[in-house]
Amino acid sequence: MSTIRLAINGKSYTVDAEPQTSLLSVLREQLDLTGSKYGCGEGQCGACTVLIDGKAQRSCVTKVGTVSQKQITTIEGLASGEQLHPVQEAFLEAAAMQCGYCTSGMIMSAVALLQRNPAPKESEIINFMDGNICRCGTYPRIVTAIQKAAKVMASSAGKGAGR
Amino acid sequence: MSDRTPAQVPLEPERYELRAAAPYRFDLDRREFFKFLGAGLLVVSALRPAVVAQESGGGRQRRSDLPKEIDAWLHIGEDGKVTVYTGKVEMGQNIRTSLSQAVAEELHVPIDKIEMVMGDTQLTPFDMGTFGSRTTPTMNLQLRKVAAAAREMLISLAAAQWQTDRPHLIAADGKVMDHPQKNRSVEYAALMQGQQLTLTVTADTPLMPAASWKVAGQSALKVDGRDFVMGRHRYPSDQKLPDMLYGRVLRPPSFGATLLSVDAQAAEQMGATAVHDGNFVGVAAASTELAAAAIAAIHAEWKSEPQPSSKELFVYLRKNAVEGKDLTGDGDRYDVGTVDQALGSANHRLQQTYTVAYIAHTPLEPRAALAKWDGNNLTVWTGTQRPFGVRGQLAEAFRIPEDQVRVLVPDTGSAYGGKHTGETAIEAARLARAAKRPVKLVWSREEEFTWAYFRPAGVIDVTSGVRSDGTITAWDFHNYNSGSAGIRTYYEIPNQRIVFHATNSPLRQGSYRALAATANHFARESHMDEMAHALKMDPLAFRLKNLKDERLRAVFEVAAKQFGWGKSKTAGQGFGMGGGYEKLGNIATFAEVNVNRKSGDVKVVRVVSAFECGAIVNPDNLRNQIEGSNVQGLGGALFEAIEFEDGKILNGRMSKYRVPRFSDVPALGTVLLDRKELPSAGAGECPMVGLAPAVANAIFDASGVRLRSLPLVPDGLKAS
Repeated sequence: MSTIRLAINGKSYTVDAEPQTSLLSVLREQLDLTGSKYGCGEGQCGACTVLIDGKAQRSCVTKVGTVSQKQITTIEGLASGEQLHPVQEAFLEAAAMQCGYCTSGMIMSAVALLQRNPAPKESEIINFMDGNICRCGTYPRIVTAIQKAAKVMASSAGKGAGR
Repeated sequence: MSDRTPAQVPLEPERYELRAAAPYRFDLDRREFFKFLGAGLLVVSALRPAVVAQESGGGRQRRSDLPKEIDAWLHIGEDGKVTVYTGKVEMGQNIRTSLSQAVAEELHVPIDKIEMVMGDTQLTPFDMGTFGSRTTPTMNLQLRKVAAAAREMLISLAAAQWQTDRPHLIAADGKVMDHPQKNRSVEYAALMQGQQLTLTVTADTPLMPAASWKVAGQSALKVDGRDFVMGRHRYPSDQKLPDMLYGRVLRPPSFGATLLSVDAQAAEQMGATAVHDGNFVGVAAASTELAAAAIAAIHAEWKSEPQPSSKELFVYLRKNAVEGKDLTGDGDRYDVGTVDQALGSANHRLQQTYTVAYIAHTPLEPRAALAKWDGNNLTVWTGTQRPFGVRGQLAEAFRIPEDQVRVLVPDTGSAYGGKHTGETAIEAARLARAAKRPVKLVWSREEEFTWAYFRPAGVIDVTSGVRSDGTITAWDFHNYNSGSAGIRTYYEIPNQRIVFHATNSPLRQGSYRALAATANHFARESHMDEMAHALKMDPLAFRLKNLKDERLRAVFEVAAKQFGWGKSKTAGQGFGMGGGYEKLGNIATFAEVNVNRKSGDVKVVRVVSAFECGAIVNPDNLRNQIEGSNVQGLGGALFEAIEFEDGKILNGRMSKYRVPRFSDVPALGTVLLDRKELPSAGAGECPMVGLAPAVANAIFDASGVRLRSLPLVPDGLKAS
């Protein structure tokens, strides 16, 4: 058992865990950050996606011992208080969910995509998001939501109000 | 069709799972209700309106009694808060929103003033379960009646308070308003004034006609959508209690294996609580990691028996048909006319066999339960479509009365028919009893793939006879194992023999969204295309020639127009259709595929669906359900199949079992037909059934290759 320091959503935490424990288990069981979901345990479905230094990573196959020096963002850290991130807002408006279990991971992947590519083409969205599974089949709505968010973020960035 | 009203369509027999126990007799009396709910107005919906009317007319009933069999109730508190109680559960169908809309519509309150309490066996009335696309045709209607009755009562209260005539008053926006000239209004809350009012809805409660709906009939965003996009909603697998432990179960190495011996000492030395009870072995520990390590440390010996394999599946199903068994389910056999004679005299005869594989629901949230004991009282939070059924299973497993068990279902990460049973709840409760602490158990994806149940595999034999002019004269249809849902044909055929043959299944099987209607529509609608082709007739014209049902004709015609049926095609391109009715809805699906004969790649590039389910309750959510049905249906149509060998699942992981992803999704065109004069039906299942035959027929159109097995192209279209 090691003591590991983690920087999550702008806060620092200290946890006792085996370094090879998955980041997902630590988030969910020790820190009660249950927005990141278990879906497959092998990085295939994307329900556990978090940002690590801005990159979308599957927390179920990320060992907690490897991320102690890094900035971690989970779905719980995306909004500023009650002010939703434009991607969250767009998912809500586009009704881009049914059961919503994939939604956290979808939103985190989409945020990572838009950070890298603020105006993705539809094919680029599909390509980037292909590792995230929605069993309810809301994929077309998720594409629409990402396009919507991209527009909103571009126009607010243009006004100098980028996040 | 005269037999298509909700009351006359029998509840789809859920032949594979335990039925729920006898309906819960609700025995709270009126006083206890108000002790729990606070003062205000309570409106209950009785399960048997006729009995209620009789009782209230008879005058022998004690006035404080409520009807014994209630299926929903609504309470308006002194603070104006509206709380609705239903045993239905939310798992992505979005009924928390659509039922709120129904109440808002009739009660004339803003939708955000309504709280839905769902799927809690202690707080909500008995409900058999959330399946069979029943919520919209039944619960939605009941809640509308309840809300309408409440509205009428509130208007009467205001009339009494103002000593004015009722017809002058209207209800709007949570208030009763007087004639505009009087310029006075009163909030619903202010009408309660500490009273404890009760009302039982009757069949003649006036409802808003769909044509004048304002809230219902409109798209509404998911009522608690913010919680979902912020990661705040707590699914069953997110539940937590102080001192909670994490459970894990030791699984047999293969189906049918029995436990010979077990040594769990090493697990206990690691700090886990180990349980060995009959064939059940499990642990509870401080983390999932520790629980997994403890399970790995257990030494167990199992005895395995030889089991069938997927290679011999269809031979096995045919061989193991349970002929002569008393088939009690409705619709297992249907005979009309003289099939053999008609087949003998037909101009053309066609005989073909179609098969469907086992597939897994793969809900993204695996089964999960959190169990807690207080003495002999058990509380379990779990994701299930049958909270009352699971309560019964828990009571049975632990030999305790049902009233000592409470099951709560937090809005769940999907189910698709796969969460009818309570094994996870029972396992968590068994571990919690041993550990004397709350235990949460979340199945791993591998467990979900192996120890849940599958959509039944099936073999379907179809023999048809048709006249040269395209009139079908004979229809002989035999389904082995997959089920009887959607087995009847909607084409007008004078001589029919339709039989469902129950069969021993090599794998545990159960309900799956749309049940066997997917398999039966696949066989029927593929066969229709084959007949049309044999007669050199256009597949659409051939269907319409044999189809009288006006609602079904309408969806075929509308979808064909939207799709552009009859347009010329390029090499590799193919068009096909499939459709039918199921669960009171009508669907026609047209698909365009591209087939690369060199590589064998098959891509579904475009799907157009026309759907009609009576008066539409929430158009955008309806579209969402139809789109989702098509996307999910693509998996079973193209590539999903469970492979198994000698009692083991060979592809029970996400990396080995392919489900549809972003890149698989075609362009989706959805046309809604809104029939405001017809009762609203559910839409969670029916839209799925047209896709597989539409794709199979389009592949044939593109390539000349007729595929008769689902999945159609798990490894691409092989050269033939």
